[in-house]
Amino acid sequence: MHPPADGLPRFTVVELWVHRTTAAIVAVLFATGMTLYYGPLSVLVSRRALVETSHIVAGLLLPLPFLAGMLISPELREDVAALGRLTRVDRLWLRRRDRRRAGLPVGKFNGGQKLAAATMAGAGLVLLCTGLLLLAPVRLDLPDGVREGATITHDLFTFGVLLLLGGHVWLALRHPQARVALRTGVVDRSYAEREHAGWAAEVAAPAETPGT
Amino acid sequence: MGAEGGELGTPVGRRVVLGLLGLGALGVAAGPQVSSALGRVSGALSAHDPTGLSSLIPGNGFRYYSVTNDFPYRPPSTYRLRVTGNVSQELTLTTSDLKSMRRTRLTRDFQCVTGWRVTGVHWEGVLLSDVLDAAGADTDQHALRFFSYDGAYTESLTMTQARRPDVLVADTIDGQPIGRRHGGPARLLVAPMYGYKSCKWLSEIRVVDKVVPGYWEDLGYDVDAWVGHSNGRSDAPTS
Repeated sequence: MHPPADGLPRFTVVELWVHRTTAAIVAVLFATGMTLYYGPLSVLVSRRALVETSHIVAGLLLPLPFLAGMLISPELREDVAALGRLTRVDRLWLRRRDRRRAGLPVGKFNGGQKLAAATMAGAGLVLLCTGLLLLAPVRLDLPDGVREGATITHDLFTFGVLLLLGGHVWLALRHPQARVALRTGVVDRSYAEREHAGWAAEVAAPAETPGT
Repeated sequence: MGAEGGELGTPVGRRVVLGLLGLGALGVAAGPQVSSALGRVSGALSAHDPTGLSSLIPGNGFRYYSVTNDFPYRPPSTYRLRVTGNVSQELTLTTSDLKSMRRTRLTRDFQCVTGWRVTGVHWEGVLLSDVLDAAGADTDQHALRFFSYDGAYTESLTMTQARRPDVLVADTIDGQPIGRRHGGPARLLVAPMYGYKSCKWLSEIRVVDKVVPGYWEDLGYDVDAWVGHSNGRSDAPTS
C-alpha cells in the first residue's frame, strides 16, 4: 500500500509494528480462547494441549510489543500520554452529535479514541491478571472462590473486549484513510484536517508558530 | 501546544484503567455469586433456546476437559465396557446390555474442583454396585480401577465407595444419551465427589486389591475427593 500523495506523518514504524504484533497476538488469543471455551468448537478442533499452550503463551506475550515500543519509541510514549488525557475539546467532541462536522480543533486523538484506548488497556490488564490466577496450580490452595471468580471475570471481560474490538474494526472499515495511516504511517492531509484539525494545524505549522 | 491551547486535560485514561482493575478485582472476589446469578439467567434462556447459542453465556454449566490431545469417541454401536480383575466372571457390556439392566436415576449437583458447579443434573444409568454384582466381584477386594478409552485417564475408588447408591455407570444426562463431550456413550458418575472422580469415556472397570491413584491424583489431587471435604475446598456437599 502506498502512502497518500499529500500526507502528514502520523505514526512511526515502531508504532505500526506494535499495532500489528498486538493485533496478531489478540487474534491467536481469540481463536484459541473460543476453542477452549465453547464445547462444540473444542470437539471440532480437538488438540487441546496445543490450543491451551498457544493461549497461555500468547497471553504472556501480549504486553511485550507495547512495553518494548514504550522503551524504544519516544513517539509512542507521547501518543500514550496524549491518549490518557481528556481535554475540553475531547469532552465537546464526545458530547456533540455533530462532532465530525462541528470543526472542533481535535488533537491527535479524539475523545472516543481516548476512552476506547483506556478501556482496552484496563480490560487487557484484567484479562492478564485473571489469566495468571487461572495458571496458578491447585496445590497453591487459593481460597475456594478465587479460581471461580477469576474464571467468570476472565469470561465476562472477554465478551466486553470483543464488543469493543467489534467497534474498533467497524470504525476502521468506515475510515479507510485511518487504515492507510496504520499501514503506512502517513495520513491523508484533508482527512486529518477534517477529523483532527488541531493536530493537523500543529503538524503543518511546526514549532516556529506555537499556540496558533 | 497548538490548537489545544496549552490545556493538559484531565487524566481520564488512568481513572478508567484503575476503575476497570477495581471492577475486575470485585469480579474475582464475588465470583461464586456472579457465576450463579449468570447461571440462573442462562439457564432460563437456554430453556427457550433451540440454537444452543445460550451456552456461550459464561456461568452456564459444564466446561469440557480432556487430558489427551483430542476428544475421543466410540459410537454406541461399537462401544464395550469390560469388567475385569478379581471377579467370578469377566463381563463385556454393550450399550444395550446397560439399557437392559436395572436402571437408576439420580439428580445431583456436579461440582468441579476448579470451582464451577452445575446444579440439578439429571443422570440415568446402572448402579456401579449392580454392575459389580453382575460380574460377581470379590467383595473382599479393597479397590477398583477405572480406565478411559482415551488411553490416558484412570480413576480409583475403594470398594465401599463404589457400592454407594449414588455411584453410577451413567449413559444418560438430562434426558439425552451421553455424547462425546460428556464422556459417552457411558461414563462414571461419583455424585458425592469432585468431577475428576467421574471418569469419562469409561472402557474398563478392574477389581484390584488396593487403591491405585488415578490420573489427577498422581498430580497431587486428593484420592478421597469428597465435595466440601477435600482438596482444601469447602463447597456445599453434592450428595
